[in-house]
Amino acid sequence: MNPAYSVIFFTTASGAGYGAIVWLVVLALLGIVPLTPALGASVIIVSLALITAGLLSSTFHLGHPERAWRALSQWRSSWLSREGVAALVTYVPILIFAVGSLFFSAYGPVWIWAGLIAAMLSLVTVGCTGMIYASLRAIPRWSTPLVVPLYIAFAMSTGAVLLIAIASLFWPTPGLIAWCAAVITLAAWMLKIAYWRQIDNAKPVATAESATGLGAIGTVRLLESPHSSENYVMREMGYTIARKHAARLRKIALVVGGVATALALVIAGLLPAPFATAASIVALIFAAMGILIERWLFFAEARHAASLYYGASEV
Amino acid sequence: MTSLPTATDGRKLGLVIDLDICVGCHACAVNCKEWNTGGHSAPLTDEEPYGADPHGVWFNRVHSFEAGDGDSGRTVHFPRSCLHCEEPACVTVCPTGASYKREGDGIVLVNADTCIGCKLCSWACPYGAREYDYADGVMKKCTLCIDRIENQHLPPEDRLPACVSTCPASARHFGDLGDPNSDVSQLVAERGGYDLMPEMGMQPVNKYLPPRASTRHDLETPAPPPETIPASTDTGSDFLNWVDRMLTR
Repeated sequence: MNPAYSVIFFTTASGAGYGAIVWLVVLALLGIVPLTPALGASVIIVSLALITAGLLSSTFHLGHPERAWRALSQWRSSWLSREGVAALVTYVPILIFAVGSLFFSAYGPVWIWAGLIAAMLSLVTVGCTGMIYASLRAIPRWSTPLVVPLYIAFAMSTGAVLLIAIASLFWPTPGLIAWCAAVITLAAWMLKIAYWRQIDNAKPVATAESATGLGAIGTVRLLESPHSSENYVMREMGYTIARKHAARLRKIALVVGGVATALALVIAGLLPAPFATAASIVALIFAAMGILIERWLFFAEARHAASLYYGASEV
Repeated sequence: MTSLPTATDGRKLGLVIDLDICVGCHACAVNCKEWNTGGHSAPLTDEEPYGADPHGVWFNRVHSFEAGDGDSGRTVHFPRSCLHCEEPACVTVCPTGASYKREGDGIVLVNADTCIGCKLCSWACPYGAREYDYADGVMKKCTLCIDRIENQHLPPEDRLPACVSTCPASARHFGDLGDPNSDVSQLVAERGGYDLMPEMGMQPVNKYLPPRASTRHDLETPAPPPETIPASTDTGSDFLNWVDRMLTR
């Protein structure tokens, strides 16, 4: 599948934004984070900026962005529509929680409930994003039970790193929180390794033989393409990355996004304030690089059934 | 609405494509383009038609495949277009309701006035049947020529999809696959018509008829052994060997 930058940016940025909101609410309710107006506002503003920029960027790849509002109408059948509705609805409790943490004691019952609902809807929105991909049977590598947990795990991991980087500007990072974030980050990447194993070992779902129905005659191969240059189907669905490049990028993503991010977080938990802040920001940069490569690979490694008509032998 | 119609009158209009007869002339694709660039989803934009990288929207593409090896191998020309599935994922993923399946006859269509061009339907279709019009910013696809099959201004014999009416080999048939007594249903039953990629669960309405078994009896007699080639042309003389090499060059 063609890795469109607008979609990569949207899924990673909104994932981190929603993840940070969830962590802010959880840590505030548990009383671990001193929810000062400055801290609460900073996390919420940065998260909402990432979510909003992501949503806007996802409309850039539309043929008719001015009609985007129509995408809210088919939530009964379409995961893309559900994602849009969930994303818009989630703004309401987030903004109520923001008002509470800015102007009042965020621990009053209204604000707590708004926070909990915001956290829940944030997870629902990320889940809908995952379901857009997981529901596409034409792309067997997406249509697996691990895709939705992966989207949620990476949202929680990158959200935690984002929260720590912002929070470290205001108050020294408690070691325990940074270490928890390191564990969550490693767990997300372990899940990704499991996903890579699964797709590498999966039996082909469809073949050139089943796509043409000519398997009874023998092995099927493309003799002549219908057209001499690339059409839309080949541009959008025919994008493939060489196996050895994918293997190298997987390693880079894992080392930078997983191992280096976790190490920086561990260091952030050990060092005093100015160094902890620096380490937290380094962790955020590593996490961002890792997740961008991971998401790019998610698209570039996925093979679409339609490629069977253009020379692929199996998907 | 992108939810699939629950109540239909049982009609399933579609195509039956005979892979035994198709000669790969691309006339169906060309006539489709010609009709539809002025039809329901007009225009079917072409970009850089005379440039280095021409591309554009077509509803019908004719691939050529080789199947099998040796004497039993076949070259099969394979027209590919929308299969008007009974469970079309392209319709249910549409966030706007622009994609829909008609209640009366099961034809899958796109409303170009409400399509936002998100391209998700093309991702959902395993058959690559939908093509995005970069110039119009909307998705386009085979309409089964609704503007021909229902067109009261055309003489009845012309109320067929453009691809069917133009096929010089009669490899394409149009009709109601929901009616077991229709000509197309009979043809499918007789010839063992099949679905493409049934494992995708889309339940295509269009059916393909397999190439018939080979009837070439000459293939049964073994081929004569190849002519024997002299093992050596060594004349015993270096000079003559050189001349021989020069002359046989």
